[in-house]
Amino acid sequence: MTGLGLVSPAGIGVPANWARVCSGESTASTDPDLAGIMVDFSCRVPGFDAEALLGRKHARRLDRFVQLAVVAAREAIADAGLDPESWDGGRVGVVLGCGMGGSSTWETQHRRLLEHGPGKVSPMLIPMLVPNMVAGQLAMEFGATGPNLVTATACASGATAIGVARDLLRSGACDIMLTGGTEAGVTPLSIAGFAQMGALSTRRDDPASASRPFDVARDGFVAAEAAGILVLERPEDARARGARAHAHIAGYGASADGFHQTAPDPEGRGAEQAIRAALADAGVAPSEIGHVNAHGTSTPLNDVAEARVLRRVLGEGVAVTSTKGVTGHALGGAGAIEAAYTVLAIEHGQIPPTANLDSQDPEIDLDIVAKSPREQHLELAMSDSFGFGGQNAVLVVSAG
Amino acid sequence: MSDVYDRVKELLTDKFGVPEEDIRLEATFEDLDLDSLDLVEFALATEEELGVGISDDEAAELETLADTVKLLESKGATV
Repeated sequence: MTGLGLVSPAGIGVPANWARVCSGESTASTDPDLAGIMVDFSCRVPGFDAEALLGRKHARRLDRFVQLAVVAAREAIADAGLDPESWDGGRVGVVLGCGMGGSSTWETQHRRLLEHGPGKVSPMLIPMLVPNMVAGQLAMEFGATGPNLVTATACASGATAIGVARDLLRSGACDIMLTGGTEAGVTPLSIAGFAQMGALSTRRDDPASASRPFDVARDGFVAAEAAGILVLERPEDARARGARAHAHIAGYGASADGFHQTAPDPEGRGAEQAIRAALADAGVAPSEIGHVNAHGTSTPLNDVAEARVLRRVLGEGVAVTSTKGVTGHALGGAGAIEAAYTVLAIEHGQIPPTANLDSQDPEIDLDIVAKSPREQHLELAMSDSFGFGGQNAVLVVSAG
Repeated sequence: MSDVYDRVKELLTDKFGVPEEDIRLEATFEDLDLDSLDLVEFALATEEELGVGISDDEAAELETLADTVKLLESKGATV
């Protein structure tokens, strides 16, 4: 992994992200766009000015989930020291995760249909809405004309994409992969839908305390928007061009619960299967994993089910954190930004704390990093992601 | 030129992000980096802002901004 780009509630750019995630300070606040919705707070990217960052045309013709990804991709490619002007674009593939696509475009144009009739619907509705457009847009931006697709495994989409990208690289189909995930699904209809499921925290009076993974008083997740982009190359190729590797994607495991539309299997069998597959793929023993960036959504069901599996498979020695306490839950972007934070934890030898963990749920028997970052040398770490639909994706990351 | 041209100019800069210095009467939509989807949106915008739409058939005949302004004026665009 030679390049990294992040646009999330923790900031625009990798340095801003890492500083905020390590601060353990939540980014959730009241969201004027959600006024009148039963849950009216979220985690937004601070100061994202699409017109200033991307120009007026992109600001108008790209949905926000694509805009976030384009900005993150620029950072990742520059970080990798690659120049799209000179690369062999046919060997550059794009695999990104996205759970929903252009929700805000969908909702805005549906309102136009109802209020003004079908003749007023924008011709940009479909090109702005379809989730695969983000991968198509990166191909246009950077002349990356190799295999190009978007994975949809809900909240695991970003992690699934990274695993699939790694496999494409390994197969020899591409030499460079732009991968990761993006989501900008904080829109009134989506949030009303998640709220009606009972999935969201309802701490309207104190949004900053709402995302509290593994805490006994957690009551749901806080929706966020974010994009995380990684540049992957085969280690030998990166070495040959003298590029610095942040880390290696050493293992990937995927599975399905086959259990329920939204609830995790309480026994965590699907999650365990994916974790074991990722460990086997990396060729490492469970006890070698020093740190897990957990899915840790802050929902009552997820955190306890996930904790049981982690304890059972990895034992008690592993330092676990959920960066969702700071960033909220960026749905299809979550797996990607969390893979990035896992890489940064290894690079910096520092594990970010879980925000708002005041009183750990007694049912959760894990070493959760809380309050302040923990200095710890790491060789191997894991990031796990679980999607509605029962889809599980687990990445093992090793030092570069 | 006309008030209609001024309004078209305004639409192109404000809504479509066309740099003002690129806008000339003899400019084509292609010159202004506007594609067929932009043209459909432009027609929706003229209907909203000037009270006069542009049909698909009419749009197919348009080459330059001068043509566009002429068409809008002939259809009774008001500013």
